[in-house]
Amino acid sequence: MVKVVSGAGIWLAILLLAVIAIAGAQDSGFAIHMTIVAIAALIGLVVSVNKADYAAIAKGILRTPDETRYDDDPIRWGVIATVFWGMAGFLAGLFIALQLAYPLLNLEPFFNFGRLRPLHTSAVIFAFGGNALIATSFYVVQRTCRARLAFPQLARFVFWGYQLFIVLAATGYLLGISQSKEYAEPEWYVDWWLTIVWVAYLVVFVGTILKRKEPHIYVANWFYLSFIITVAMLHLVNNVDIPVSLLGSKSYPFFGGVQGALVQWWYGHNAVGFFLTAGFLAMMYYFVPKQAERPIYSYRLSIIHFWALIFLYIWAGPHHLHYTALPDWAQTLGMVFSIMLWMPSWGGMINGLMTLNGAWDKVRTDPIIRMMVMSVAFYGMSTFEGPMMSIKSVNSLSHYTDWTIGHVHSGALGWNGLITFSAIYFLVPRLWKRERLYSIRMVNWHFWLATLGIVFYAASMWVAGITQGLMWREYGADGYLVNSFADTVAALHWEYVARAFGGALYLAGAVLLVINVWRTILGHLRQEAPMHNATFNEAADRPAAPVPAE
Amino acid sequence: MSGHSVYDNLRHIADSWGLMAMLVVFVVLCLWPFRPGAKSLNQEAAEAIFKDDSDD
Repeated sequence: MVKVVSGAGIWLAILLLAVIAIAGAQDSGFAIHMTIVAIAALIGLVVSVNKADYAAIAKGILRTPDETRYDDDPIRWGVIATVFWGMAGFLAGLFIALQLAYPLLNLEPFFNFGRLRPLHTSAVIFAFGGNALIATSFYVVQRTCRARLAFPQLARFVFWGYQLFIVLAATGYLLGISQSKEYAEPEWYVDWWLTIVWVAYLVVFVGTILKRKEPHIYVANWFYLSFIITVAMLHLVNNVDIPVSLLGSKSYPFFGGVQGALVQWWYGHNAVGFFLTAGFLAMMYYFVPKQAERPIYSYRLSIIHFWALIFLYIWAGPHHLHYTALPDWAQTLGMVFSIMLWMPSWGGMINGLMTLNGAWDKVRTDPIIRMMVMSVAFYGMSTFEGPMMSIKSVNSLSHYTDWTIGHVHSGALGWNGLITFSAIYFLVPRLWKRERLYSIRMVNWHFWLATLGIVFYAASMWVAGITQGLMWREYGADGYLVNSFADTVAALHWEYVARAFGGALYLAGAVLLVINVWRTILGHLRQEAPMHNATFNEAADRPAAPVPAE
Repeated sequence: MSGHSVYDNLRHIADSWGLMAMLVVFVVLCLWPFRPGAKSLNQEAAEAIFKDDSDD
């Protein structure tokens, strides 16, 4: 009973503080955000009072978690949240792609490109990717440690707290609240909230590792742990801000000028390196062997992959600042470390792909394996393209053009997207105790729609980027630039249409994912021919005919 | 120390002893799984994820 009352008391205190903050808010955006916080606190209050098992409390029964079962509730919620935010993020992406082709679609002020673009990037990276990482890390750490999740209440706080972070970030962008740092747009108070949630995440994850029953910590957990710790460090350093008012949404960064730029891209590139690479590699190192039913090709290689990524990635950020005020040696350092990253990246790709050594037929018979293989192949392709683009002379053509956008999407759609989809397809029947997915053939359709979508996306952006780069640097005989910026925009119309078409294909594939996950949860099974049957010819299935003597 | 010499000193540590220390730590960590007797441990670790086939 004391626990229920103190829990309700905390929610009530947060609710009151939020109401006070609404009353004293310095700007309307902050007031709206505090209203969202107040609503969240109210929901928390109602749920904590209603959910309490008063009969058990009255009888003095203490509920302890069943240590013989894994704690999968937050993972089920996480899978659903991943699918939901994924759809929101893909839809926003398709819309801004269409805005670039048809500027008429810029709906001022809330749905213009400037506000929707961070909404898209944060929705796909932090909402879709982040939920996938949290859910799969909770799944994998329990299975590989053979121990139930530590601190179940804190794990639930991590899930719901992270959703609140997403809602505050997303609504903030639409309202025009942004600190204008790429991939770190949320303002100071949202940053503080994420810090609290992230520390709780670290505590749950490390707590589970500490209570493990397996002596060895499986390599996937190394990748997850490095992702959690590094993202915490990056987030803290890049968001050292001074708020204008404690009741207002505006803040100013502590670092200025070129130092600020370096800190931002040290953050930005390592968000790619540790959020989108290390975290998703953890998925690869668990789900690919599990789905292929074969151990990872080389465990030693996975350890070298890990340490090489850790030691190299952290220095690669300055390649985002080539030909800027950043000292030349720092630019060169960023470039050299980026090129060195080729080796661990390709080592990791080979490790993932060679796990199928001796079972390559599964690429033909199992669409989930097919999706995983394509995902790891895109990991290899985008980690080849990235270092190449970080070479200064290549960068002088590619920087600020759509080539960069194409590169990012071959990594994000190909590598992060496909590995997440295949992890979801792996998890849903297991989490909801279903015999199999609703439809295996729909996975195959999803695979082809997504792959074709990425091909359209990447190819159109290569053409657009190189066109742009060449047009921007073209000088006439009189020594003046030949093209204005608007000329290059007009020249790229059809490339932008092709990119939007690729995005639409990718979104169509994701719609199949939603249907498939939905029907699997409902327990439906689609009647369909299996993907593969061993051949059987009934007509030939008889003894050899007697041959008359000659 | 003036701002310039702080930068200068840090810079010299970073590109001499600091770099050396990082390199040594990195090489040791990479060689660690190749130490004698580690082969079977690595094999065990790689196969540990298949110990319980029922995932619930």
